[in-house]
Amino acid sequence: MPDVLVLVDHDGERVHKTTYELLAAARRLGDPAAVVVGTPGTAARLEECLARHGATGVYAAESPEADEFLATPAVDALELAVREASPAAVLVSATTDGKEMAGRLAARLDAGLLIDAVDLDSSGAVTQIAFGGSYTVRSQVTHGMPVIALRPGSFEPEEHPVQTGERELLLPSIDPAASARITARRAALAGDRPELTEATVVVSGGRGVGGADGFKVVEELADALGGAVGASRAAVDAGYYPHQYQVGQTGKSVSPQLYIALGISGAIQHLAGMQTSKTIVAVNKDPEAPILDLADFGVVGDLFAVAPRLAREVAARREVG
Amino acid sequence: MNIVVLVKQVPDTAAERTLSEADHTLDRENADLLLDEINERAAEEALTLKEAVGAEVTVVSMGPDSAIDAIRKALSMGADRGIHICDDRLQGADVVTTAKVLAAAVRMVEDVDLVLAGNATTDGQGSAVPAIVADLLGLPQLTHARELTVDGGRLRAERETENGEASLDAPLPALVSVTEKINEPRYPSFKGIMAAKKKPVETVDIDDLFPDADDTGFLATRTRVVEAVPRPARAAGIRITDDGSAGRQLVEHLVAQKLV
Ligand SMILES: Cc1cc2nc3c(=O)[nH]c(=O)nc-3n(C[C@H](O)[C@H](O)[C@H](O)COP(=O)(O)OP(=O)(O)OC[C@H]3O[C@@H](n4cnc5c(N)ncnc54)[C@H](O)[C@@H]3O)c2cc1C
Ligand SMILES: Nc1ncnc2c1ncn2[C@@H]1O[C@H](COP(=O)(O)O)[C@@H](O)[C@H]1O
Repeated sequence: MPDVLVLVDHDGERVHKTTYELLAAARRLGDPAAVVVGTPGTAARLEECLARHGATGVYAAESPEADEFLATPAVDALELAVREASPAAVLVSATTDGKEMAGRLAARLDAGLLIDAVDLDSSGAVTQIAFGGSYTVRSQVTHGMPVIALRPGSFEPEEHPVQTGERELLLPSIDPAASARITARRAALAGDRPELTEATVVVSGGRGVGGADGFKVVEELADALGGAVGASRAAVDAGYYPHQYQVGQTGKSVSPQLYIALGISGAIQHLAGMQTSKTIVAVNKDPEAPILDLADFGVVGDLFAVAPRLAREVAARREVG
Repeated sequence: MNIVVLVKQVPDTAAERTLSEADHTLDRENADLLLDEINERAAEEALTLKEAVGAEVTVVSMGPDSAIDAIRKALSMGADRGIHICDDRLQGADVVTTAKVLAAAVRMVEDVDLVLAGNATTDGQGSAVPAIVADLLGLPQLTHARELTVDGGRLRAERETENGEASLDAPLPALVSVTEKINEPRYPSFKGIMAAKKKPVETVDIDDLFPDADDTGFLATRTRVVEAVPRPARAAGIRITDDGSAGRQLVEHLVAQKLV
């Protein structure tokens, strides 16, 4: 079986779940080999978890400056690994970082780039959702090796223990005139809530929430349901909630089991980021709001009355159940 | 300073967008086309710098004949000149080709200090073109910036992604892509619109951009859409008006659906 390279998402100590999704997807095409980019010692810490999820080999691309520069060390590492392994494909997560790395790698290799795949078959053809959920598209690479960025949450992680071995890749030193230096990092303050794009429940607030204080109502319902919080652009623009939680055309695309829209009108650009959700619930005091035309359960009413009630009812059921 | 702004014309997101039956590329004939809003912000950032430190701002767009309108829009905001890459052989270009062509066009501009782009287009959302252009030009990528400062020969940017925030630092020349938090774009004035009509726009094709290319044929894309199926429109389900019992009715529904 040919090798399929997987770029490992990690924080230096732990492998992120998205990596296990990539390993599961990679098995459809061949033997997954993991590429770890980090400071010296990182690959050794991650190896056991990677082997348990099916990585038949681990490429260690380590250098003291590997996490000091944006994107370039990972692109260099993948390029080296491709030259070593001649893989059938390279898989990365379709995160903001991953899409940029995949693009740069594809350009260097003159390879075919498929971004934001939600499914993948053994021929290497992928499924993508185009135009914010208006189309399902199947695409394939016609020239060069496929470089595929897989949307987080599209595959189930699988345990698949294998023997693995580590191989070193010698990262070239970084030219500081050609790469941006990361001088500070502040992790997203997700608190205890699940990651927006991976959550099975998302509760979003819009302009109707009326202010930053009003978002407590949104957060309380999200917490009762164990979900993530999202926001419309109008709510973000008005400063009610931070930008990284924006759902829609120019924000995050989410596809949870349950999406609850509170005080959101349902502009086409908002729908583009959530209309592939399994079940949509909307609470809006305007019976004409477009969101009610596609909600599986629409409530015409005041969100400040309905959402706290719902949160209490959910909490009560949880206690009983 | 010499600044290049990469701008794209996109179908109005407020309207329905369709894929052509023939080759599954975007149906532009039936769409309202406009300068992507994020590129107005990229242009705004260039013009702010122009006002602060002085700059010549060149707008570059790859697209069919109509893309000239997107260039003119940026010129009417205050940019100085345009380069329009227009070539039938670019129909259906993939992300890699798009970036290669844009990088070649940037090389046509002398002594570029800064390349500005949007962080993502609203029609493709690949969000990869700016990083690739940076790689091809050997420039640092300061992408997804919600804040940018130019100081002496250095750039500092605040990058915001789902992972959180990062402060970036790099020397000029460099490439920056902006998020919609970066600024509020100005409206073109009447004077600006009139002046834009007289500003120079050079139209180039791929022979101009790649004069040394051999004639084995130009590779527009390395990928192919094999099938495009419109997803069924969602229909409204249950609708109730709250009389104080909506919370309870909703939870019962969610329990029945096994969502709670
Ligand atoms: C290029 C472009 C990109 C965009 N990208 C995005 C994007 O990524 N995401 C996005 O969301 N938007 C995006 N937009 C903006 C989009 O067009 C809408 O302006 C935005 O989604 C509106 O947000 P909203 O529904 O919260 O606000 P509004 O449209 O103002 O709706 C507020 C709703 O709240 C209801 N309401 C008010 N008070 C209450 C109450 N007490 N209880 C119940 N209901 C109440 C009102 O009836 C109304 O329906 C984009 C626009 C453009 C042009
Ligand atoms: N055809 C194009 N012409 C000019 N700039 C483009 C083109 N395509 C993409 N860009 C630039 O790259 C940014 C991100 O695009 P994308 O990577 O396609 O999401 C856009 O906002 C533009 O600044």
